[in-house]
Amino acid sequence: MFGALIIVFREVIEAGLIIGIVLAATRGVSGRGRWVSAGVLAGALGAGIVALFAEAIANAFEGAGQELFNAGVLSAAVAMLMWHAAWMSRHGREMAVELAAVGAAVTAGKRPMTALAVVVALAVLREGAEVVLFLYGILAAGTSSGSLLLGGALGLAAGAAFTALTYYGLVSIPARHIFTVTTVLIALLAAGMAAQAAQYLDAAGVINGLSRQLWDTSPWLPQDGIVGRVLHALIGYTDRPTELQLIAYLATLAAMAALTRLATPARTAHARAV
Amino acid sequence: MMRGSILAVVVAALSVASAHAIAQEFNIVIRNNAFEPQEIRVPAGKRVSIYVSNEDASAEEFESPALKVEKVIPGKSKGLVRVGPLAPGRYEFFGEFHPNTAKGVVIAE
Repeated sequence: MFGALIIVFREVIEAGLIIGIVLAATRGVSGRGRWVSAGVLAGALGAGIVALFAEAIANAFEGAGQELFNAGVLSAAVAMLMWHAAWMSRHGREMAVELAAVGAAVTAGKRPMTALAVVVALAVLREGAEVVLFLYGILAAGTSSGSLLLGGALGLAAGAAFTALTYYGLVSIPARHIFTVTTVLIALLAAGMAAQAAQYLDAAGVINGLSRQLWDTSPWLPQDGIVGRVLHALIGYTDRPTELQLIAYLATLAAMAALTRLATPARTAHARAV
Repeated sequence: MMRGSILAVVVAALSVASAHAIAQEFNIVIRNNAFEPQEIRVPAGKRVSIYVSNEDASAEEFESPALKVEKVIPGKSKGLVRVGPLAPGRYEFFGEFHPNTAKGVVIAE
């Protein structure tokens, strides 16, 4: 049972972190609970469908279907995060100033939650499909499935608790800093996702080359441990990165920084207006 | 005589080259939540295709940070894992869903 708990918990860490960050980044936005819940539900539903067609997906594109699917899902999430970053830098500063001035009770309801809800849905979809396959496998194997299923359920609950921990950790940051913190976190999240997507494209055989490994920090901080996994999900930590992964990571960070800056029209004018 | 042996060398070289151009294929079977064989030897510096057949009813996730692979193999199905080019060395992999029993290593040489 404990084994199943750990396995499911490890699978849901990444989605849990993303949901926690999205919730913290949208504090004060009216109706965000509905959007995030809708994202989780859509993702879970999608995960079930993906799990159902897992074999067909895996065998598509000469056996590279699963890698291409994951690369596609990750790229879509990166695109959504970029859209959100651009929108936020255009409108977010006014909101941040309002929040600091009038208190967190003020809501900025006009902000489009679509992009972040899609990011949540995609995260749940990708990791949820693995959890569904794992739990289905337990049922299919039959033997002593009761305690394993209980373990899986507890693993999901632990993942939810981890989401709550991420959220409350982030919202304990003073309101005037939280905008900066969540902006940086979302940029790192996107960079990590882009590096993962690039690696999936390499595994699919779409990208060949740039596969030289740059360094190996696995003896100190293995990526498959719990801490390594959290850092992997949070900032895209990879213990043995390739040139391709580093390039994708840095290019995405640069793109996020450029979007944030380019899309900010006359920052000081806005600050003065408020 | 001389011309014949040169031709033979050229033909041999070409056939070696074409054999290397095709990614080499290896097979691993998952049975009772364990890998068979648990050790495969692959050529270093080349793209390698590993076919993982899961004969169990339960799904497995073929995972290896060393090989940079993370791939779900549903129950009763087969998955293709592409790795490399690898530097000579040992690359451990495991089944994430059954980490206690499903362990193996790819040796590149």
